[in-house]
Amino acid sequence: MAVLNEEQTMLKDMASEWVRDRLPVTALRGLYDHGGGGGSGSDGYDADAWAEMAQMGWCGIIVPEAHGGADFGYLSLGLVIEELGRTLAASPLISSALVAASALRLAGTQNQQARWLPGIADGSLIGTLALDEGPHHAPERTALAATASGDGWALSGTKRPVQDGMIANLAIVATRTSGAPGDRDGLTLFLMPTDSAGLERQALDQIDARRPALYRFDSVNIAVNDVLGEVGKAADLIDAIRDRAAIGMAAEMLGSATQAFDITLDYLKTRVQFGAIIGSFQALQHRAAELFGELQLTRSAVETALAAIDADDPALPALASLAKATAGETLHRISSQMVQLHGGIGMTHEHDAGLYLKRARVAEQCHGSTAWHRERWARLNGY
Amino acid sequence: MAEMEPIDREEFRQEARAWLKANFPPALTNVPGLLFQGDAHAAAANADYQLWRERMTDKGWGVPTWAPRYGGAGLTEAHGKIIGEELAAIGGFNPIRSYGTMMLGPTLLEYGDEAQKLEHLPFIASHERRWCQGFSEPGAGSDLAALQTKCIDMGDHWLVSGQKIWTSGADQADWCFVLVRTDTERKQGGISFLLVDMQSEGIEARPIVLISGSTHFCEVFFNDVKVPKGNLVGEVNQGWTIAKRLLQFERNSLSEVKADITPLAPLAHDYLGTDALGRIDSPDLRARLVRNAMRHEAYMATVRRLAAEAKNGGPSHGVSALKNLWSGIIQERAELLVEIMGADGLGWAGDPYSAAEKEATRAWLHSKAFSIYGGSYEVQNNITAKRTLGLPG
Repeated sequence: MAVLNEEQTMLKDMASEWVRDRLPVTALRGLYDHGGGGGSGSDGYDADAWAEMAQMGWCGIIVPEAHGGADFGYLSLGLVIEELGRTLAASPLISSALVAASALRLAGTQNQQARWLPGIADGSLIGTLALDEGPHHAPERTALAATASGDGWALSGTKRPVQDGMIANLAIVATRTSGAPGDRDGLTLFLMPTDSAGLERQALDQIDARRPALYRFDSVNIAVNDVLGEVGKAADLIDAIRDRAAIGMAAEMLGSATQAFDITLDYLKTRVQFGAIIGSFQALQHRAAELFGELQLTRSAVETALAAIDADDPALPALASLAKATAGETLHRISSQMVQLHGGIGMTHEHDAGLYLKRARVAEQCHGSTAWHRERWARLNGY
Repeated sequence: MAEMEPIDREEFRQEARAWLKANFPPALTNVPGLLFQGDAHAAAANADYQLWRERMTDKGWGVPTWAPRYGGAGLTEAHGKIIGEELAAIGGFNPIRSYGTMMLGPTLLEYGDEAQKLEHLPFIASHERRWCQGFSEPGAGSDLAALQTKCIDMGDHWLVSGQKIWTSGADQADWCFVLVRTDTERKQGGISFLLVDMQSEGIEARPIVLISGSTHFCEVFFNDVKVPKGNLVGEVNQGWTIAKRLLQFERNSLSEVKADITPLAPLAHDYLGTDALGRIDSPDLRARLVRNAMRHEAYMATVRRLAAEAKNGGPSHGVSALKNLWSGIIQERAELLVEIMGADGLGWAGDPYSAAEKEATRAWLHSKAFSIYGGSYEVQNNITAKRTLGLPG
């Protein structure tokens, strides 16, 4: 655990207690309607619990005080996200309080910040990033077209998956205003209310019972002052937002991996076979020891990356990719071993192992997969 | 230990920086620190090294946290850390670093009596007395507590006979800390911790040639060696407890190896070429290099994190996991370096191979020891499973 100040320790303890009490894994279980994905009637989160999270100030942790937040830093927000990850708590905290808030902090004008940040900070408004258009994260390949139209812009194309896209009020949309898919030039971000005319949203029934969305844009009109950053020059900004998003996701994955490991370790200490506690078998002891080592690397990578955002460290891009790739590999391994070491019971929907496994694979894909971040790190480091 | 005030911290950093700048011989910049043990002859022949050693001895900064009467500077852990950081910043190294400072010294501070501390610590702090570790035996490797070297109480002295093996630098050491059997009825409970002068009659150290060509390790024979009664550390049969503590210090120092390693990317570009996008022209090897480099970076972040978290500065159970991460990552890197060099990484001697190639080959062979010495990979996993994770058995 990172060295925390008193306020951070209090925040972490409060989050830990609240999450276990209010959003334990059974709460996520309630969002499933069968062994597979979420029920068609579900929003993929608990609105009442979200309101409580907002009440505790979690939505405004990185929002400047002038806009209703606490300006308490990314490491602090990461502590809360990690605790949510422990119980697989489904909420739009990363999408809104981290990703959308970061985008506005990084590039929003005074007016844009004043219009959107207070709502994000008090939880009355949910923001998200609409970036990916296909199964793999590839910002340069953005094709969704934004063309000049009257005083503003008209957007046409599709986005998927948009995290928390069904419940978001504000989507920050990556578009192409010039050039061709594959070019870094010609990308532009827009701030778009999701009740805009011409936007059609469809829920995606995903294995983790969350409800990301497919967005279809049919000449959605955006006013000229809703451009975030510079027209045609958003590539670097997109990287900066995505890096923060990836670090936030890695913090969640650290929490999930830690909890999955703890649950599995408890099982190794209680399950009896061949007349012995199975945790007394050396093959399983060594597997546990190795997973413990991987968890150590992951915690260091995640905490270093969170601190790097707060410190405005120039190494942030590489550290973001290190955190996401390390968390991805570790959670992949631990979630698979969670099922394996639980044996048959781990294969049942009744047991939590499958829930960790499913969320793990979704988190791995989110904001750049393990492979994507390894490749990115390699490029940044001259491999 | 009391925390330093930020203002004191900055003031001391300036002081340390100025002193190091004035006293560290520039010729030694970025020279890999000569670990006293195996390189005693090379170190003795190097005038800059000797000057640097004397200056650090006088200042007490080789062991900054030890009390002045033991040859240290009586500083806090925080001061020591600042000295280390400033030293690293100028490409310097601690010329006092040895088995004595890393393992025996901290152990004597906890378990030795005052006479033993005064007798030995100042010579460790001045790097005049070289120590070796007499633990392993032919029949007691990973199962260290099976050791059989006999120690009999003769009234006015101890009488030691038996054989030790894998004793690093024993042929160049002045003293040896030895685990001996004082009770054959109990396994762990029959072991004692003894300090033995290597000049004693009846001791013979023979170097062993390893796969890397190194003769760093020795066999040591004890033939009825007389040892003064006062050389026993702690109580009779308390040796196992003391040894476990010492091994924690050893693991701690192994896992803390700075390992400021050079990135392999430029070398890979040279040996393998690059594709149109400037990437190493071997997708599979490139992917493995990248994964290894990333793990190394995460490992270094872990060393820093655990150091920051350690409240009292002492080693914890977590060092077993850290040691296995370290040995795994560094061994894999050594394999990758040889693989980058291809057939040129497989030479033993001769002009057709560059010095760097031959060094890489030997370093790869040497690296196989990392997961064997200081407690093997498997023993470390046992420790992590039982002590850190609380698994039974």
